[in-house]
Amino acid sequence: MESLTLKYFGYFIGIGCILTPLAGMLASWVDRKVTARVQWRVGPPLLQPFWDFVKLLGKETVVPRGSARTVFLMAPLLGFSAVALVSTILWSTIVHPETGFVGDLIVVLYLLMIPSMAVILGGFASKNPIASLGASREMKLILGYELPFILACLVAVIHTEGSIRLGEIIIYQNPETYGPVGAKLSGILAIIVCVMVVQAKLTCVPFDIPEAETEIMSGPFVEYSGPPLAVYKLTRMMMLITLPVFLVILFLGGMHFQGWAILWSILKVLLFLVLVTLIRNTNPRVRIDQAVRFFWGPMTVIAVAAVILALTGN
Amino acid sequence: MNLKMKALTKSPWVYHLSTGSCNNCDIEILDCLTPRFDLERFGIQLVGSPRHADALLVTGNMTLKSMPRALEVYNQMPKPGVVIAIGTCSLGHGIFDGSYICPKTVDEVLPVDIYIPGCPPKPEAIIAGVAKLLNKLAGK
Repeated sequence: MESLTLKYFGYFIGIGCILTPLAGMLASWVDRKVTARVQWRVGPPLLQPFWDFVKLLGKETVVPRGSARTVFLMAPLLGFSAVALVSTILWSTIVHPETGFVGDLIVVLYLLMIPSMAVILGGFASKNPIASLGASREMKLILGYELPFILACLVAVIHTEGSIRLGEIIIYQNPETYGPVGAKLSGILAIIVCVMVVQAKLTCVPFDIPEAETEIMSGPFVEYSGPPLAVYKLTRMMMLITLPVFLVILFLGGMHFQGWAILWSILKVLLFLVLVTLIRNTNPRVRIDQAVRFFWGPMTVIAVAAVILALTGN
Repeated sequence: MNLKMKALTKSPWVYHLSTGSCNNCDIEILDCLTPRFDLERFGIQLVGSPRHADALLVTGNMTLKSMPRALEVYNQMPKPGVVIAIGTCSLGHGIFDGSYICPKTVDEVLPVDIYIPGCPPKPEAIIAGVAKLLNKLAGK
């Protein structure tokens, strides 16, 4: 038992706290480079996200007077640990699909919400009207996107005969037997919903309403400086790689690491990453009421349609 | 050179502080971020909060009203940070010299690290100035 605990702790440190941040920095570079190319610029060098992180670690930490000091400083760590845990679960499931526990899909869905919660906590704790405004917008956005997201994830569950184990979902999508969920009509609809939700989860344009640099100066992060800001930035970079991997597991049959399959697996993750970046670069920011209406209206309708189609076997 | 300063020279995030400028220098600063000049190549980003900033881009001739505010923004910036004075007004007073509204120059209020002259300075001049400052910080 003790060795098993140690093994999973090692997974958490090795995969969650070291490999995922590195992969996240790479994903962040891809995001920024693609953005730059879309705008006919050259873009940042490969190590740019790394230097940003190191620089922020070396800066002074300012805690605003009158803020809730403990929550203000702990909130970034809360978000970071949640994403690290999610990526540990996802990667260990990808490498060993037969392991895992019943209901880890639900755990992942819950944990994916915690980074947003951390942003809200940090925003409200920093005693700044702009940060509070950003945090309250983030809260409304969560209310908006969680329902269609869970409905869209249900599509994969229904296709794999009601399995809520990520490993079983991957095994069911073996190309020789069942094929990926994303190849079905309901799967395509679910992917559309999920990509929009990922956009909102990452607070990218058109749903960057909580941070809105040009409007409320990066919202909940406005009072953050130095290492806490670095952890927030790192959390966001890790989400940038974790969410595409999660979608690949649910809809495109997971990732495989034998021979040429490695290339194909990386391409699948890159597909979602670049899709998110392109949507972010070709859209204006919407208002918060428009965003909530968008998620509760068209997106929920599409997600319900996908669930019904999945139940009828399409 | 330690890692802290090296990282600072690799990703200086700038905060744009106008202390009573005529908006000309401010437009030239925004020009630097356009695709033609693309300051993101050097990791330079414009940030909206002084808490995120590593460098203050000060424009304008430091009016009486903006003096305490400029000082407050400087104190809000986490250290280490640098101050870059842009434009003739922020170097001396330019055409406003002797005016009752600007008793002090920018460098009498803030510790300026580098001056970029011009009315307004060209984007090339701003980039050259920032590059010189980064080289100075890197100890070259």
